[in-house]
Amino acid sequence: MSSVLYDAPGPKSRARSRLISVLGTIVLAGGFLALIVLLGLPKISANGAVEPGLWDISRWDVFNDLLVWRTLGFGALATLRMAAVAAVFALVIGVLFSFGRLSASAWIRVPTTVLLEFFRGMPVLLMMLFILLVFATGSFWAGVAALSVYNGAIIGEALRAGINALPRGQREAGLAIGLTPVATRFRIEFPQAFRQMLPIIIAQLVVLLKDTSLAFIVGYNELLRAGLNQLANFFGEQYKFSFFFIVLAIYLTMNLSLSWLARRIAKRTGPQAGSVTDEDSTPPADPDRVDPQALGARSKSQTF
Amino acid sequence: MDAVIDNLPLFLEGFRNTLGLLIIAGIGASVIGLIVAAMRISPISSFRVFATAYTELVRNTPLTLVLFFCAYLLPLLEFSPGYFQLAAIGLTVYTSPFVAEALRSGVNGVHVGQAEAARSVGLTFGQTLTFVVMPQAIRMVVPPLINVLIALTKNTSVAGAFFVFELFGAARKVTNDRGDAVIPILLAVAAFYLVITIPLGLIAGRIEKKVAVLR
Repeated sequence: MSSVLYDAPGPKSRARSRLISVLGTIVLAGGFLALIVLLGLPKISANGAVEPGLWDISRWDVFNDLLVWRTLGFGALATLRMAAVAAVFALVIGVLFSFGRLSASAWIRVPTTVLLEFFRGMPVLLMMLFILLVFATGSFWAGVAALSVYNGAIIGEALRAGINALPRGQREAGLAIGLTPVATRFRIEFPQAFRQMLPIIIAQLVVLLKDTSLAFIVGYNELLRAGLNQLANFFGEQYKFSFFFIVLAIYLTMNLSLSWLARRIAKRTGPQAGSVTDEDSTPPADPDRVDPQALGARSKSQTF
Repeated sequence: MDAVIDNLPLFLEGFRNTLGLLIIAGIGASVIGLIVAAMRISPISSFRVFATAYTELVRNTPLTLVLFFCAYLLPLLEFSPGYFQLAAIGLTVYTSPFVAEALRSGVNGVHVGQAEAARSVGLTFGQTLTFVVMPQAIRMVVPPLINVLIALTKNTSVAGAFFVFELFGAARKVTNDRGDAVIPILLAVAAFYLVITIPLGLIAGRIEKKVAVLR
């Protein structure tokens, strides 16, 4: 869109823009390098003792120890385990929430809405503490429960938006061929909404993975606690930065790969998805069932 | 219930600190986010690359890790202005890429035809931006920005685990003292959070509806 905003640059402004670009690169890279060098300088503390810089080998030699990697690996596994369990529950709760909010009966709709607003407006951390103290579940299940309820509420809202965005004819057609309202929702509307909202749902699952680090505060032994609390306290202050960088790198690897997956799926289920659907791989098991993929592809071009 | 009423001053102090964190980090994140968003759509490629890298890196780092860095590691670098300030810095840095993304999506959401039309009737670059693109972009940006603010409100609770006495810190302290009245205490603290988040959510919803009518 930016190319629309100004005329195609002539030779003079192209040269100028190149110059600014080079200067900008130099300034940014220079600042970054300066930061690295500055952090690497040996530091003299107030009492005159000299500490080695951050990149000094004496700050990194713990990583020769296999046990350190083992602890980090177990921490990462604990993080992933919590995220996986919470993701499953969050999806289930999200589906329930979306159905409850769209229910025709006010007796279901209104309480669901109130509950949903409550869960969405409350910090996950507070919910974890609440579940930990009130239900005495232990830190793992406190974390799982809080994460799944909170993310379930958000996924539920996304699914509801997806169902609302469908053309009305989808529901009407389902009812017209004699499906019950619940069956219409499950078999006709929900598969389409789920596919359309898949990028948002996966983005929310990245958030969930990130938020497992909150369980550190209620005492769950995950990556952050293993790396920054246990290992750093055991090996001493001088290794704190090294452990921080390694833990950061592990988190970034996990989250960025999940985000990358989300982007790929977003691209695949985007507007051009109609041609790439692999329908033959999953033949409809039930002959009564309307093929959601064909409908999904068509309704998408209508709604967007 | 008496546990809540007895400790009301503590809760109010925590609420004040939560609001303080929200306001400081909100303003700081808006400023940094504006700069990053401007760099992200700027014609200078090195700025674009830098802004993209910054956004991706910070967005994929857990807030707990950011605040851990601020609370434990920055003091080791002889930078320790106090835990409240450190937490405010951490929240600012963590929130800024989300603000930047909201702003960028708003500018991208303005239809290209608008800019084309403005250009074709002879408006300059500055006029196109100020009279045509920005008024629409700002309107579209407000609901996602409010959502970022709501998330920030909830995220301030993490600062409570890093030596800042805000609402979550107050909840932890009071539940430690009064183990017999955990449920009312936690519900009261949740109510304080909801006092901020639910009105913000209602405002966002209303503005969204208004914009939807306009389009």
